[in-house]
Amino acid sequence: MVTLTAPETSTDTNAEAAQHAASTDSFSVDLAGSPVRELNQALHNAVDGQSWTVANPEGKHSLAVGIDARVSVTINGHAGYYAAGMHQKGDVTINGNAGVGLAENIMSGRVHVKGDASQSAAATGHGGLVVIDGNASARCGISMKGVDIVVGGNIGHMSAFMAQAGRLVVCGDAGEALGDSIYEARIYVKGTVASLGADCIEKPLKEEHLAELGELLAAAGRTDNPADFKRYGSARNLYHFSVHNSTSY
Amino acid sequence: MCGIAALQLRNPLLHPQMGSLLSSMMCQIVDRGPDSAGLAVYNTPGLVSAGTSTLSLLGKDQGMALPEVKASLDAMLPADAAAAVRVVGDTTLVSAAVGTDLLVKAVSETLPGSTIIGRGEHVAVMKSVGHPMDIAAEHGLEAMSGSQGLSHTRMATESAVTAGGSHPFSVADDLCLVHNGSFSNHATVRRDLKREGVVFDSENDTEVGARYVASRLQQGDTLEEALVNLGKVLDGFYTLVVTTADSMAVVRDPIACKPAIIAETDDYVAMASEYRALAALPGIENARIFEPEPGKVYTWSL
Repeated sequence: MVTLTAPETSTDTNAEAAQHAASTDSFSVDLAGSPVRELNQALHNAVDGQSWTVANPEGKHSLAVGIDARVSVTINGHAGYYAAGMHQKGDVTINGNAGVGLAENIMSGRVHVKGDASQSAAATGHGGLVVIDGNASARCGISMKGVDIVVGGNIGHMSAFMAQAGRLVVCGDAGEALGDSIYEARIYVKGTVASLGADCIEKPLKEEHLAELGELLAAAGRTDNPADFKRYGSARNLYHFSVHNSTSY
Repeated sequence: MCGIAALQLRNPLLHPQMGSLLSSMMCQIVDRGPDSAGLAVYNTPGLVSAGTSTLSLLGKDQGMALPEVKASLDAMLPADAAAAVRVVGDTTLVSAAVGTDLLVKAVSETLPGSTIIGRGEHVAVMKSVGHPMDIAAEHGLEAMSGSQGLSHTRMATESAVTAGGSHPFSVADDLCLVHNGSFSNHATVRRDLKREGVVFDSENDTEVGARYVASRLQQGDTLEEALVNLGKVLDGFYTLVVTTADSMAVVRDPIACKPAIIAETDDYVAMASEYRALAALPGIENARIFEPEPGKVYTWSL
């Protein structure tokens, strides 16, 4: 599988960074009394090993975006649009629902939503793991480029549209036009698929797939049996433009 | 982009808080449409009363002193109609104990330049241009009691930023409609409705949606059927909220271009463009919160 390179590795080698990395400081932020901008700036200044707890998110937008350190962030409540966007290295847990554009363009690390996620979750994600315990709305994993997504419930229509790399695991049902114009991502669905998009087909579930699915489910803390899933992927008929296919796009 | 916040109160004990709750919701959707706004409130004492028709007129200045308006209406209406005229914020409310059609006729003759933005026994509609929370404050939303409330903050796309182009559109008794999105074939549908004799107040695309729903209801559709039919006839992006005297409906276009989130408890049904508008509602932590499915009509009745 082709996976675009995610900046996974930390190159911090100086003593100061190492010292910070060893710290296990905990911080809490109450958004009832401070702006999101301050929270995000603090998270951008944070160093490896720190943990942050955010209270009273109340659906505010752009919470915990742009994290670029091995920090752990717990948001207690519902998040608005673009939560944990442009995420690298860190670990964000949302004890609630997330709005449109969760973990958009995630590069690495982990984002876990205990409730539902709205549209375009993990859109264009290059790497890392996004776990949604509840349902995800339409366009989940749209244009995914290497991210792994595990959804405990259902996903909406046009999910994994133009997916290029990565894995999408759905423990519930998938909506219309799953994997439309898909390139090389692998999709696993346990429940029903309302319809497959252009050039997306069911494929055999081989040992290697059962193994990777088992790993993904375990990483998401789920106990579903990999053998209960079906695999979907690209028929590769629309991979390169051909005038004969012009009506299929 | 526009913002919607709507509230149906199932628990009468919450009725006195309708305005303050709706106001708290509305202030979270201002960013989505800061150019103009509108409100519809149901069964609000002081604005409407049972057994009386109330018309909401756009603007506080109708070009005629209020006593003169009342005198003209009294002369036209039956003796026991007890016409009343008052200004609330930037809206003129006219009430009388007669049917709505008769009151519309009398108001249209008295004030031929007026625009009727709301009608019915239960609803008052207020809309204007400017910052939504200024508009809400000017009309005294915070203190209003009521059974249902609907608010809209507009970011104009299909027609100019005018008070008349603000939502809600209320074109039949106690019927209000607000819209986030745009209808692409509104001119075609408007022409069809005009041929059927429907009269329009504005160039706005949403008015076409409201007139279409009113036309279907008049032909015997239920609210749900009318919105299913709207989905077949009107093309475009939409999240719509429609309210009647005792019900509320939500529908999104089949590809869910525009957001919507619903919170339901034993005490209320609340709908908003974004969760943050619901965050301050009482008991929200135990509410059933969900996004309406694309193309599916949801209705709730009191």
